[in-house]
Amino acid sequence: MSPKPRLLTILDAVTIALLLVATVGVFFYAPTELVMGLVQKIFYFHVSAAWVGMLGFIIAAIAGVLYLRTGGRNWDLVEMAAVEIGMVFALITIITGSIWARPVWNTWWTWDPRLTTATIMELVYAAYLMLRQGIEEPERRSRFGAIYVILGAISVPITFFSIRFSRTIHPVIVGNGDPTALGTFDMTPKMLQIFMFSLLVFSIIFADLLWHRVRLGKLADAVEQMKLKLIQ
Amino acid sequence: MAESQQTPTPSVVNGTLPGEVSDRAAAAAATAQDKPALNTPFLRAMAAVVWKDLAAEMRSRELLSAMLVFAILVILIFNFALELDAQARANVTAGVLWVTFIFAGTLELNRSMAIEKDRGCLDGLLLAPVDRTAIYFGKAIGNLVFMLIIAAIILPIYSALYTVNLFNPGLLLTILLGSIGYTAVGTLLASMAVQARTRDMLLPILLFPVIVPVLVAAVKASGGFLQGASFSELSPWLNLLLVYDVIFTAVAFMVFDFVVEE
Repeated sequence: MSPKPRLLTILDAVTIALLLVATVGVFFYAPTELVMGLVQKIFYFHVSAAWVGMLGFIIAAIAGVLYLRTGGRNWDLVEMAAVEIGMVFALITIITGSIWARPVWNTWWTWDPRLTTATIMELVYAAYLMLRQGIEEPERRSRFGAIYVILGAISVPITFFSIRFSRTIHPVIVGNGDPTALGTFDMTPKMLQIFMFSLLVFSIIFADLLWHRVRLGKLADAVEQMKLKLIQ
Repeated sequence: MAESQQTPTPSVVNGTLPGEVSDRAAAAAATAQDKPALNTPFLRAMAAVVWKDLAAEMRSRELLSAMLVFAILVILIFNFALELDAQARANVTAGVLWVTFIFAGTLELNRSMAIEKDRGCLDGLLLAPVDRTAIYFGKAIGNLVFMLIIAAIILPIYSALYTVNLFNPGLLLTILLGSIGYTAVGTLLASMAVQARTRDMLLPILLFPVIVPVLVAAVKASGGFLQGASFSELSPWLNLLLVYDVIFTAVAFMVFDFVVEE
């Protein structure tokens, strides 16, 4: 059994410290938005979580392609880790979004492209896990998982654009937004700094969790091997 | 055929008994050394698979009779669930049609792959010295034909029951394009789902999140055509369907080898 790498321990500490700094920054450094008030503070972590949810998908799809090409067991572990982490963060995005939407849009939910796509992304993640659960043979399970995550990663962007043809009320904060969107605002420099910092912090959280999950997968493999040896 | 041998698969074990080679590296080496010549041309192998499915259907008529009853039942259910009076129908006809296609299609895809799996026919197909993507395309085209048969059953029934004319060239084109995308992904996912423990439940769970673009575009285009919109107005939706069809046929073509690999 390999002991926990020192670098990982350091990364854990750094991640926690940075998350605390980001939280303090969101509440005390970034100015309060004029119209929406305090509830707008959720924006920083909401978008960062959405970013990680997407990042998980992209990394999983890349790992899926590499798994199919090389057959390396590690790619399979990375893929599954990315899916699991992405799923949690996509859920965080949906929940924080609902909390933000209730006062600003006066509804918990609306069938907007972004919201719908986030939900479909979550469903693809869930379907991926169910597919893996339904297959007993490990090697086939990994292959099917890789194929499905590739299909999902291609289909979800198309879904987004297909729904986007219809009108949206979701604000576009980064890039050119529709001025009629509800709850939109211009970021001041301080807001932008905290926003970028949150994105960075969440990316580091993702990397940290990914490392932990891959390590856990390897340990689980090792335990499985030991069990097999005991039986023989 | 030449193009089908370029699939990026290190371990296609044509002509090797399933289970004989467990190690990927060994499999790859074996393929490189003694890959048997693929004597049957790609198109003929594909046509043979399509013909096999159609012949089985022509003899048993399982699908035709089941789908006829299923279509009437679904329309009956929608009639009472949605209170399909003249005004409501104008808005929901496209949706009702596509929901019926998609559910009927799921039943069909499951059945088509389950008979291969249960009677050991899939192993036989895989043992044949043909390119495996020919098997995929054969099954996909067979499924596409069945989807179109389902449409050919549903459209007249709906037309007759509600005295609307559904034989609109635009609508028929939309159904064709939508069905191609649906069966391209559906055949691939069904061939994965049949190998899982929870297969009947699994297929819709795997399939529906991935085919949302088809549903969105097909319902919009069908609804537009039924309300008399022109081709040019609806061409973005048709283009979307076309793009989806091309992308997913290509992806399925590239990954099918990994689905049937032993």
